[in-house]
Amino acid sequence: MIHKFDAIVVGAGGAGLRCALELTEQNYNVAVVSKLYPVRSHTGAAQGGIGAALGSEEEDHPEWHMFDTVKGSDYLGDQDAIEILANEAVEAVMELEHFGLPFNRTKEGKIAQRPFGGHTRAFGEAPVKRACYAADRTGHMILHTLFEQCVKNKVRFFNEFYVLDLILKDDVCFGVIAYELATGELHVFQSKVVFLGTGGYGRVFSITSNAHALTGDGMAIAFRRGLPLEDMEFVQFHPTGLRKLGILVSEAARGEGGILRNREDLDNIGTGKDGFMAAVAPTVKDLAPRDMVSRAIYNEIKAGRGIMGTGDTGSDYIYLDLVHLGAKVINEKLPDISHFARKYLAVEPIKEPIPVQPTAHYAMGGLPTDNDGRVLKDAAANPVEGLYAAGEVACVSVHGANRLGTNSLVDIVVFGRRAARDMSRYLKDAEFEEIDADPEAFVAGEIDRLKNGSGNEKVADLRKEMQSVMMSKSGVYRTEENLEEARKTVLELRRRYQQVSVKDSSLYFNTELVEAIELGHLLDVAWTIAESALQRTESRGAHSRVDYPDRDDKQWLKHTFIRKLGDDKVEFDYKPVVITKFQPKPRVY
Amino acid sequence: MQVTVEIYRQEAHSGASHFDTFVREVDPTDQILDVIMEIKDDVDGSLAFRKSCAHGVCGSDAMQINGMNRLACQTLIQDLKSDRIRIEPLKGMKVLRDLIVDMDPFFESLAKVKPYFIPKTTAPAAERKQTIEERARFDDTTKCIMCAACTTSCPSFWSNDNYLGPATLVKAHRFIFDSRDGGDRERLEVLDDRDGLWRCHSIYNCTDACPRDIEITKAIGDLKRYTVAQR
Repeated sequence: MIHKFDAIVVGAGGAGLRCALELTEQNYNVAVVSKLYPVRSHTGAAQGGIGAALGSEEEDHPEWHMFDTVKGSDYLGDQDAIEILANEAVEAVMELEHFGLPFNRTKEGKIAQRPFGGHTRAFGEAPVKRACYAADRTGHMILHTLFEQCVKNKVRFFNEFYVLDLILKDDVCFGVIAYELATGELHVFQSKVVFLGTGGYGRVFSITSNAHALTGDGMAIAFRRGLPLEDMEFVQFHPTGLRKLGILVSEAARGEGGILRNREDLDNIGTGKDGFMAAVAPTVKDLAPRDMVSRAIYNEIKAGRGIMGTGDTGSDYIYLDLVHLGAKVINEKLPDISHFARKYLAVEPIKEPIPVQPTAHYAMGGLPTDNDGRVLKDAAANPVEGLYAAGEVACVSVHGANRLGTNSLVDIVVFGRRAARDMSRYLKDAEFEEIDADPEAFVAGEIDRLKNGSGNEKVADLRKEMQSVMMSKSGVYRTEENLEEARKTVLELRRRYQQVSVKDSSLYFNTELVEAIELGHLLDVAWTIAESALQRTESRGAHSRVDYPDRDDKQWLKHTFIRKLGDDKVEFDYKPVVITKFQPKPRVY
Repeated sequence: MQVTVEIYRQEAHSGASHFDTFVREVDPTDQILDVIMEIKDDVDGSLAFRKSCAHGVCGSDAMQINGMNRLACQTLIQDLKSDRIRIEPLKGMKVLRDLIVDMDPFFESLAKVKPYFIPKTTAPAAERKQTIEERARFDDTTKCIMCAACTTSCPSFWSNDNYLGPATLVKAHRFIFDSRDGGDRERLEVLDDRDGLWRCHSIYNCTDACPRDIEITKAIGDLKRYTVAQR
C-alpha cells in the first residue's frame, strides 16, 4: 500500500511527538509511524527531571547550564549546539507547562526544581536546583502531554508500523518503508521530508535500563544505506540500575540526598554521612556525572569493597542509601523508584539500602545532525536533503562523551521543535518525487530470507551472545584486547545471523520475525560501537580505555564518523569539535 | 521451582482458540514476562504478546494472569502463590492473536473526553501558577499509563461497548480537577450521560486491577459529585 504525506515522523517518543505537533501547527499533512503505540515509548520511562535554568528555587543562568553540559561532555560536545540547548531549554519547559504538563510546584506556585548530577551553580561551585520535575515520572508526563496535544491537533498515527528502510535517491530522502505488525503488509510512505526519532539501542547490552523496543532501528537503517554514524563509542552506563535487572533508579534519588555506600560503610546507613563518592568528587560528591560514578562503583567493586566483596563487576554491587531521607521524601518525591525496589527486589527503601549496579542507559552517539536536526552525510557537514533526526537516535552533538542527567529530555523537546521548524522551511519548496517501482524490494528480500531460510541459528541465542560480549568487553572499562574480542564476536554473529530462520510463518503479529529484524539492527549497532571504541585510543567521558587512561585533546578532540564499506569493513572520518566559550580543561568535580 | 503455565492461543483469523500448556523451571522472583519470553525463545517462537519497558511504566503487557488483570512485567511468580499459571488476553476486547488485543477502540474512547489541556487563561510569558495543594488534587490520575487493565476488568464495560470505561474517566479527572484547565463544560457533556459516568456502579474491579495503584473508583466518585454539583 502506498501513502502520501508532506512529512513522515518515525517514532512516537518525545522527539517525534514534539516534531509532529509543530508541523501540524503549521498545517502540514503529517503522519507519525511508530513501532509502538505512542504512550508506550521509552520517553515515558525517564524519571528525574528536565533541566532548564528557570531559577525557580535559586539563582541560575543558561550559561551555567551550558558550562555544565560542556564539562559533562568532557569537552566533546559542540558548544554552539549546547548553547542552543541551554538557552532554549527555558522556553521549551515553559511551553510544556503551557501544554498542561503537571510539574511539581514550589510554595510560590512556580515549577519546582531539584539538584541533579553534574548541574552546578557558578561554573562548578556547588550543586544547583535545575531539574524541573513531576515526581519521579517526568518523562511519563512529557510523553503523555505531547501525545495529548497531538490528539488535539488530530495528528495521524500509524501505530505498530515498523519502519525498516529509507527511500533515498541521490542523497535526498523521499519516504520510508514500513512493516505493519498486524497484517505483515509492507507499506510505502511517500513524503517530501522524513524525521527520525526512533531512540537508542540499549538492548545491545545484557544489563540495560532500556525497553525491549530499543534496538537501534533508526541508526541501523541509515547505516545500511551508507550514511555515517557519529561518536558510537560513547555509551552511557547509568550508575544506579536495580541489581541484576538494570531497571533505572533515577539520579533524582541522589538529587534528593541519596548516598552510595560500599561494604566498609554499612554502619553509616541511615546517618546521612558521606560515602565513597566524597573522595572521588569532593565538591559534588554523589552528584558527580554518571560516567564518573559508574567508574567509581566499578573501582570499589574491583578493590573488594562491593557489597559481596568478590571483586567481580559482573555480579557484585553497591548500596544506594535513602534511609536518612525519611518516609515523606521517599514516598512523595520518589514514589516510582521506591515501588520498583519493593516490587522487584523486596527492599523497603525507607528502612534499607537499595542494591544497585551500572546499567547501559543512553547513546550519546547516533545519526550526525546539524543544529536544525538535518542529518549529515559526511564529516564535512553536508546534509542529506529531506532527512531529519532528533533525540537519542541523533548526535547533534550536545552530549559529547557523556550526557548529563535531565539533558535527554531537554534534547528531545528543543531539537524536536527545531527540526520541525527547519522542516517547515524545507517543505515550502519541496516536491514529491517519482519513486522507483518496487521501493520495498530490499526489505521484502530480507523478510523473505528470514522467513524462508533453511539455516538453524536462533535469534535468542545470537542476541544473548551479543549482549554478553558487549557488556563484558565493551562496557564501563575497555581495553584493546577486550574490544577486539567484542568486534570479532559481533562480526561472527553477523555471519551467523545470515543463517537465522523464523519458524512462525504467520502474517499476523509475527513477533518472532520482528525480533529477528531487531536483532539484525542490534548487531549492526554493536559492530559500530566496538569498531569506534577500538580506534579511539584515549579516555574521554563514558569511553574509558584502561590502556589509554588519559584524555588526549591533541589527537582526539574530534568526533568519530563511522561508515559501512562492506559486510565486515568500515571507514572512519573525523569532524572537529565546535569550541566557543569554554576551552577544554581537566575535568574535576 | 516448577510451574505449569497455560497460555491462551488464537490464530489471527480463524477465531478458534485453545490453551497450550508449558511446564517451566522458574525462580519465585521471575516476572511473568520473563516466563513467557523464555517460552517464546526456547519452545514456541510463534507465541504473540506485546512488551516494551519491562518494569511497569509503558503499559504494553497488560493481560489476565490467574483471572486478574495485571502487567506481566510487574507480576512475579511469588505474587501468584500458585504453581499453576493461567494467562489470557484482556477480556472484552477483540483478540487479534494469542495475547494481543485490538487497542484501537480503547484509544478512540479516550479521545471522546477531549483528553488534552484546555487552558482557562491565555498563557503568560512564564508558567501558569498552581499551588502545591491544587497540584496534589489530581496527582493520582496523572499516573495512568493507559494499559487498559482497569477498563477491561469492568463488568459494565463487558456488557456495553459504548461505556467510556474507567481509563477514559481517569483521564477526564486528570483535567477536570486541574486548576489551570477550563474545559469542564465540554467534557461534562460527554461524561453526564448513561454511557458516561453513570454506567459506573462502583464495583471497584478497576481499582483492584490498576498496576499504578490509582484510586480509580474514588476518582470516578469525585467526577460524579462534581457533575451533579454543576447541573
